[in-house]
Amino acid sequence: MRLRTLLLCCGLLFGSVATAKEAAPMAADVEVEKRMVAISEELRCLVCQNESLSGSHAELAQDLRREIRKMISDGKSDKEILDFMVARYGDFVRYRPPLKPTTWLLWGGPFVLMAGGLTALIAFLRRRARNGAAPALSEEEHRRAAALLDQSNS
Amino acid sequence: MRRFLLPLAVFFVLVIFLAIGLTLNPRDVPSPLKDKPTPAFTLPQLAAAEKNFSPADMKGKVWLFNVWASWCVSCRQEHPLLVSFSKEGKVPVVGLNYKDQGADAKNWLAKFGDPYVLSAVDADGRVGIDYGVYGVPETYVIDKTGMIRMKHTGPITPESLQKQILPLVAELSK
Repeated sequence: MRLRTLLLCCGLLFGSVATAKEAAPMAADVEVEKRMVAISEELRCLVCQNESLSGSHAELAQDLRREIRKMISDGKSDKEILDFMVARYGDFVRYRPPLKPTTWLLWGGPFVLMAGGLTALIAFLRRRARNGAAPALSEEEHRRAAALLDQSNS
Repeated sequence: MRRFLLPLAVFFVLVIFLAIGLTLNPRDVPSPLKDKPTPAFTLPQLAAAEKNFSPADMKGKVWLFNVWASWCVSCRQEHPLLVSFSKEGKVPVVGLNYKDQGADAKNWLAKFGDPYVLSAVDADGRVGIDYGVYGVPETYVIDKTGMIRMKHTGPITPESLQKQILPLVAELSK
């Protein structure tokens, strides 16, 4: 029991050390940090591709955040920083890639699909309207239906 | 029966697209550096820290630039191939020792063999960023004028070496 308490204390101790280390690279300047986060939210981390650069713990992401901080302190504009990233990693790093021939399908594809779906839906609804309601029953069918209803009622 | 034909056709088109998607490698991001000049740098050499290396030193030669690190598991996977390939002496291979400890890197080469003409030391990974490195190992094929002609991300396989890298090297060496 005592050993377990000791281990727990160790865990708590090192745990706090770890978080303290984590917070260290934060830039002293809050404004720089804010801009860095805003820019890196727009960028994909290439190591873990479904995470943004701002949320990733990958070492490369940390290095790139450091670069962004440095560029901000050097007075670079947001566009210059994005261009820096795109020049090295391609349009793929941007969550909102620019509109150009290679990305037309990416940007336009969903609208083309939606247009196709709407056309199919309208065609289907029109055809159903044209065919009208179910065909009227003949005299004979009326009598059979009435007989069946009577049967189920009794 | 006719009415099922269209949905069925759409279904098969979807299946084909998904099947193609499965064979693609999501890590294989096309590099914007292809057909661009090699980013310049000057870094110390691993074996002799007092000597520097810069890509300009290789002007006039076709060469391979291989990014590696002793902590990188996939590098060990491709390493035997690089070692045996470099013995053939077809094309010089320069290493970029990426974010590594000097002692670890030297031990690693001593243990598994050194396929490199030399290795430049990129301790903080700053040069790696200029080369768009995101998944070590990466290999660049660079032509005589210092243009990057190909980037291979991930370990080189015998197949990629024979089918992609060597034919390109042969063509560039003409």
